[in-house]
Amino acid sequence: MKIFACIKQVPARDSQLRIASSGQWIEEADLTYEINEPDAYSLEEALQLKEKSGGEVVVLCAGPARAAQTIREALAKGADRAIHIEEAALLDPLATARLLAAAARSEAPDLILTGLQSDDMGNGQTGVILAELLGLPHASIVMQVEKKDNGIRVKRELEDGWFQHVEMPLPALLTIQSGINKLRYATLMGIKKARSKEIRRVTAAELGMAASAASIVMDKIYLPERTKRTQLFEGNPKEAAAQLVEKLKFEARVI
Amino acid sequence: MSILAVMEQRGGAWNRMSSETLAAAQQLARELNQPASAAVLGRGLEGLAGELASRQLEKVFAVEHELLQDYTPDAYTKALQQLITQVKPWLVLFPHTYQVRDFLPKLATSLNRAAVTDVIAHRAAGGELILVRQLFQGKVNADIRFSGEPPYLASLQAGAYRADQVAAGSAAVERFAPRIDASDIRTRPLELFRESQRTVDLGSAEIIVSVGRGIQEAANIPLVEKLAQALGGELAASRPICDAGWLPMERQVGSSGQTVSPKLYVAVGISGAIQHLVGMKGSRTIVAVNKDANAPIFEIADYGIVGDLFQVVPELIEAVQKAK
Ligand SMILES: Cc1cc2nc3c(=O)[nH]c(=O)nc-3n(C[C@H](O)[C@H](O)[C@H](O)COP(=O)(O)OP(=O)(O)OC[C@H]3O[C@@H](n4cnc5c(N)ncnc54)[C@H](O)[C@@H]3O)c2cc1C
Ligand SMILES: Nc1ncnc2c1ncn2[C@@H]1O[C@H](COP(=O)(O)O)[C@@H](O)[C@H]1O
Repeated sequence: MKIFACIKQVPARDSQLRIASSGQWIEEADLTYEINEPDAYSLEEALQLKEKSGGEVVVLCAGPARAAQTIREALAKGADRAIHIEEAALLDPLATARLLAAAARSEAPDLILTGLQSDDMGNGQTGVILAELLGLPHASIVMQVEKKDNGIRVKRELEDGWFQHVEMPLPALLTIQSGINKLRYATLMGIKKARSKEIRRVTAAELGMAASAASIVMDKIYLPERTKRTQLFEGNPKEAAAQLVEKLKFEARVI
Repeated sequence: MSILAVMEQRGGAWNRMSSETLAAAQQLARELNQPASAAVLGRGLEGLAGELASRQLEKVFAVEHELLQDYTPDAYTKALQQLITQVKPWLVLFPHTYQVRDFLPKLATSLNRAAVTDVIAHRAAGGELILVRQLFQGKVNADIRFSGEPPYLASLQAGAYRADQVAAGSAAVERFAPRIDASDIRTRPLELFRESQRTVDLGSAEIIVSVGRGIQEAANIPLVEKLAQALGGELAASRPICDAGWLPMERQVGSSGQTVSPKLYVAVGISGAIQHLVGMKGSRTIVAVNKDANAPIFEIADYGIVGDLFQVVPELIEAVQKAK
């Protein structure tokens, strides 16, 4: 099986976010970046599927030059090669998916895995859009993948602890939910090998993609306004703890 | 020009969030001076369509087909694409459910558009519509505008609009028969199921202490467990803790875990992503311990301690023991 794993580089989870003076995006200068969390799980799933049924894992990533670091880390974990579409961050999931589709189409993968949602944009759309652009069947929020003789059988997560199995032929696209597997660490050997693995760099123009008019526009971003009056205790932990317990006992009367 | 709410049902029962979408459609219709309609998809929809007929709507579309009996993204996309092409709504609203996540991006793409997902609020002025959605798991908000030609598509976050605001009235029911062929459907959905029985029932716990990724590693969990014991409560967790296997899945609170409403919910090292909040926001008193004063959890907490949980929790345990 030729498996594509789409990964996105996002600001590290505990980043202190500040709004850029343009009001259009966050201040990027002092941020560190990492792989989008669900994408780490979808990469792992791709690697495990390859280990079971053979084939190749290709990492596909659209992002600025700094994304190369995250791509290298994916190669160190065991992906065979990568395609890096070097474009500054795209805010419109349809535009992003169009780029990914342009890069994937000629490669005709058997299976494409994406994360279910990005930690920064949180659209939860790019994978499903990509499936539609490539004319592939899909399933989203997947918690298990089994290869069958005539396709795959997946376990979809639903609300409130419900699940559902879905079967479909290949080629197909799945959006993967965090927790589907146990993540591996890159080994020293893997890190060494990654240095000689191929990263093909392409631009949108080289993929034949002209910028098309976006159908959604982000006017501005801002920190949400507090609407609830939370009684906050800061400073000395001992005093804060005592004050809180006092409130819980005599004001909220819950202990 | 009209606003269409696409309702979600399974086996003849509404998804709770559908009514929120209906209320939002009615509200936007008033603000933008357009009529609102609603659509429901499935098979044997008389009952559900009948219910909608007693709401303040212009029309109720009962989108009936035997291939809509069980949800598939292919059949739903086909049916809705045909409905939208015929009815030509200005705006189509969906609840941001797992099912909508599964087909809305596909539907929008088939209409050559991008949808706006997981909307938390809107502003409508002078016929222009601004939608607000969250970035960075609730830490940042963004104002979004549609551009280009309608139809515009958007899904609404759980709890963003109030189901009890749905206005009663009367509406004409119109049957819509989409053209769907069995060969259009490429995925085969099987039965729904639940995993093994739960042994802890967080739903009936009076006090819950919940631990999140701020705990850093499995070896630190006993610290929070001790706080739960001191308070006489149950231990619960955010999803990443259960994903990592540090606590069993059955202790997970949130949209894919349990929904709880104890009299006291203490969130330790939990950021407050919406998928966690929907599972616990009904709690009577909410306490958050987090080192980040901007963490979204403080937005719904009654009391909070801003600080390092490794310093705060031991002090809390001591203070609770003293108070008892
Ligand atoms: C479809 C879907 C379903 C989901 N279902 C669920 C669900 O059911 N339940 C659920 O919980 N999540 C669910 N999630 C995941 C959810 O989006 C969040 O990723 C998750 O809730 C984050 O968990 P967390 O708050 O523990 O971790 P993080 O978001 O990483 O937050 C950790 C917090 O700890 C704080 N912290 C770090 N160190 C310290 C310290 N020393 N002292 C004090 N504070 C500290 C940080 O400031 C931060 O706020 C779902 C996601 C999706 C897309
Ligand atoms: N720039 C990108 N490069 C590669 N994959 C991406 C990119 N953006 C989004 N994806 C994939 O699409 C998924 C969903 O992203 P989103 O629609 O932004 O929530 C992510 O988990 C990734 O797997």
